[in-house]
Amino acid sequence: MAVSAGGEVTLKGAGALSPEPTAGQVSLRRLWRLKWGLAAAALLLLIVASAVLAPWLAPYNPLTVDIQHRLAPAVWMDGGTPKHLLGTDQVGRDLLSRVIYGGRVSLAVGVAAVLISATIGVLTGLAAGYFGPRVDWLIMTLVNVMLSFPFVLLALAVIAVLGPSLVNMIIVLGIADWPLYVRVIRAETMSIRERDFVVAGRALGMSHARIIFRQIFPNLVSVIVVIATLQVARVIILESFLSFLGLGVQPPTPAWGNMLGEGRVYMLNSWWIAAFPGLAIFVTTLAINLMGNALRDWLDPHMKL
Amino acid sequence: MKPYVARQLVQLVVVIIGISMLAFAILHVIGDPVLLLLPQNAGKEEYARYHKLLGLDQPVYVQYWRFASRAIQGDFGKSWYTDTPAFRLVLQRMAPTIYLTLAGLVMALLIALPLGILAALRRHSFVDNLCTMIAVAGQAMPIFWLGIMLIIVFAVRLKALPASGYGTWQHFLMPAFTLGAFLAPLTMRLVRSGVIEIMNMEYIKTARAKGLSERIVVIKHAFRNACIPVITVLGLQFGQLLGGAIVTETVFAWPGVATLAVESIRNQDFPVVQCAVVLLALIIVSVNFIVDMIVGLIDPRIRVGA
Repeated sequence: MAVSAGGEVTLKGAGALSPEPTAGQVSLRRLWRLKWGLAAAALLLLIVASAVLAPWLAPYNPLTVDIQHRLAPAVWMDGGTPKHLLGTDQVGRDLLSRVIYGGRVSLAVGVAAVLISATIGVLTGLAAGYFGPRVDWLIMTLVNVMLSFPFVLLALAVIAVLGPSLVNMIIVLGIADWPLYVRVIRAETMSIRERDFVVAGRALGMSHARIIFRQIFPNLVSVIVVIATLQVARVIILESFLSFLGLGVQPPTPAWGNMLGEGRVYMLNSWWIAAFPGLAIFVTTLAINLMGNALRDWLDPHMKL
Repeated sequence: MKPYVARQLVQLVVVIIGISMLAFAILHVIGDPVLLLLPQNAGKEEYARYHKLLGLDQPVYVQYWRFASRAIQGDFGKSWYTDTPAFRLVLQRMAPTIYLTLAGLVMALLIALPLGILAALRRHSFVDNLCTMIAVAGQAMPIFWLGIMLIIVFAVRLKALPASGYGTWQHFLMPAFTLGAFLAPLTMRLVRSGVIEIMNMEYIKTARAKGLSERIVVIKHAFRNACIPVITVLGLQFGQLLGGAIVTETVFAWPGVATLAVESIRNQDFPVVQCAVVLLALIIVSVNFIVDMIVGLIDPRIRVGA
């Protein structure tokens, strides 16, 4: 896009260029362009902090049942009480407390699964890009198989066999997501491999491992950070969906997905039970996506993801 | 064109073999199907009998060969739950899934094409920024939540649309919109960047210089060429679209393959799960293959290059 913008400037009239901006103006402008990313990062920090500090922040224990005050609506609606700001669920548990605690599961699963998938994806991507056509063919075939699989069903089936648990879910999501890294890492590795400093390293007799990890890998860090950030959002949505179907985190442990699944039963009269956990997922993934996009623009505006 | 088709065909066969292996592995490597089949109080003899009955005493490659050679003939075994052939069960549910997917695709295009073109023609305007915001929000939206919110508003509150089920065109509206909202943001961005890129091309200037009206320039010259990347990516995203259809089906109790698969997973009815997974994967692979062919036909650079 920068190229075409440049093209327009030269086309429209050579004489009417505005004076060069000063260095201070430039950095201010850069920061201004990142305003959404910064706001998103602040929001995300808030969400992470409230998940971490849940035992101190949540007004109630998320598991405490209070059957007398069940299905209470949020405070600003008819019949709402200031005691339960977001209302209560079908057995009278405080929704606000459960939403705060629910973030722990989603964020932990998101980060852990992304660590697994990023590790596998980066290693195989490096191998595919570095070690020539045969390894490349093998890995890319595997990637194509994985990408043409209806992943949601695969995850569901594997979890049905292994049994639903937090660890199983992290493993399944981590293993299923790695092909997304491979294509980008492979392409980048292929182009870096031909650059002079790598050729020079090879001529000096460096080992493959050293070339890959000391010379190629550092050039890929920003790409990896951007993909991984965006993937956390994807994994959070998938995790919520599995929990929503009852195949992920099991009740009564609060997770946004299983709260949404439970609330769905009561949506005829008590829509808030399903609405707020879903809103929490939406706001979190939105913040992560905005931050990821800003990170991409900041680290490398030409990155094509 | 011939070597290109041949290369793609080889790739297709290899991917299909890979899919069959993965589907086989779900059941036979990860879990012990006998334990899933028998009641918990079954004795050792029963266990051994079933073990042999299912051919589990044979080496893995023999088992795989048996699975694959039967699967080619459409025999995925009988459902453990209803005792009917799994293939028939899945096939019965295929039509609703395909209709939903197509309806979602149409809905995504209905949203994405006008907005994308408009955003491209009025770059950096209010409309463009609004479209970008919608796209960013849409990409972060968990569609199962969107579906439930739609049900709450349009079925529970307004009582305007049926909350779930299948049959009339009203039943299609909410599921199609939910699925369309899943695919629209990406499509919109592609259309936008495609049209922007092409509006700067020489032949657009030529078309304008010929004195053609702006409408004809945009529709006939720019849009057609902008379609190529859109078709490619939509084809490649078909797997994603089917994945979205799976999610949508479970929210709206749509009687498609995905609902069947989720039911079967709950019942631990693995022949049906295997069959559903393999058939859905085959559809995705075939669509990708067809898209590759079409793109190869439209754009000769691709079939020479890749």
